[in-house]
Amino acid sequence: MKARVFITLKPGVLDPQGKAIHHALEGLGFSGVNDVRAGKLIELDLADGTSDSEIEDMCRKLLANTVIENFRIERLENA
Amino acid sequence: MKTAVVVFPGSNCDRDLAVALELVTGRKPAMIWHKEPELPEGVDFIGIPGGFSYGDYLRSGAMAARSPVMRAVKDAAARGVPVIGICNGFQVLTEAGLLPGALMRNARLSFVCRKVPLRVENSQSLFTAAYDAGEEIVFPVAHHDGNYQADEATLDRLEGEGRVAFRYLDEVNGSARNIAGILNDSGNVLGLMPHPERVVETAHGGTDGRRLFEGLLETVNA
Repeated sequence: MKARVFITLKPGVLDPQGKAIHHALEGLGFSGVNDVRAGKLIELDLADGTSDSEIEDMCRKLLANTVIENFRIERLENA
Repeated sequence: MKTAVVVFPGSNCDRDLAVALELVTGRKPAMIWHKEPELPEGVDFIGIPGGFSYGDYLRSGAMAARSPVMRAVKDAAARGVPVIGICNGFQVLTEAGLLPGALMRNARLSFVCRKVPLRVENSQSLFTAAYDAGEEIVFPVAHHDGNYQADEATLDRLEGEGRVAFRYLDEVNGSARNIAGILNDSGNVLGLMPHPERVVETAHGGTDGRRLFEGLLETVNA
C-alpha cells in the first residue's frame, strides 16, 4: 500500500522559496501568477493495514514540523 | 565543570566548541556520538554544535532531534543540566521540542556569513550572567536557516518572561522581532544562531563569546 504525504507551509508563514520561484516565473514572462507556495511530497510504501492514525503519527512526529507546516495524507489504495 | 559536546554526522563546529570549552574550563569535553544512548555520568553542561547534521535532510535539525543521544539530552535538560544549542544546535533543540518555534530559510534566501552586532536582552540567565543587560556584543553568524518564527502568543510569552536572550541589532535573516537566541521556560536551555565559540580569543578578532562560557562556568561552580 502506498500513501502520499503533502507538506505545506501554514497560511501566513513566509515562504521565501515560493517567492523566489514566483519572481523567476515572472522573469520568464509568465505574468498571470498571483502567488507561489512551495512544499514537499513524501511517498510512503507501507505494510498493508497501516492505519490512518499511524500515518498521522508519522507526520506529527517527524515528517512535518507542525509549528510551521500542515500535512495532508492521500492513500493510493491500488498502488 | 564536566562538559559534553554532542557530535552528529555533518556537525562541523564540534571541534570549535570543544576548544572553547577546554579553554574556559581547563578540561577537554567528552565528545558524544549521536548513537550513544547515554551521556557520561555527572555531566554538568551539554553543547549541541553547529553544522549540517544529517545533511539538513527533511528540515535542518529534524533527523538529529530524533537520534538516540537526544533522548539522553532531553532527560538531562529536564533534570536542569544546562544545554546550549548553537546554530544547527538551535535548530536541533527546536525540532526536539526543547525550545519553542522553528528556524526557517533566511528571508532573502541567502546564506549569511558575517559578524553581527547583538544586544544582550537578559543578563540574568545561566548563560548571560557575565554580560550587562542591554550590552552590545559581536558574534559571527553563518547560516542558511536562521529565520526564527513562532506564533504571536509564543513570541509575546518569550518577551514577557525575559526568555529572549540575544537580539540582532539589525535585520539579519528575517527572524521575528530580530530574535537571535532564546531560553526555555526553566532557563537552563539556550538556543542561538550566532556562534559564541568563534569569538573566544583575541586571534579570533574578538572575545565577546568567551564570557558566555565563563559566566556559565561561574554559575555552575557557584
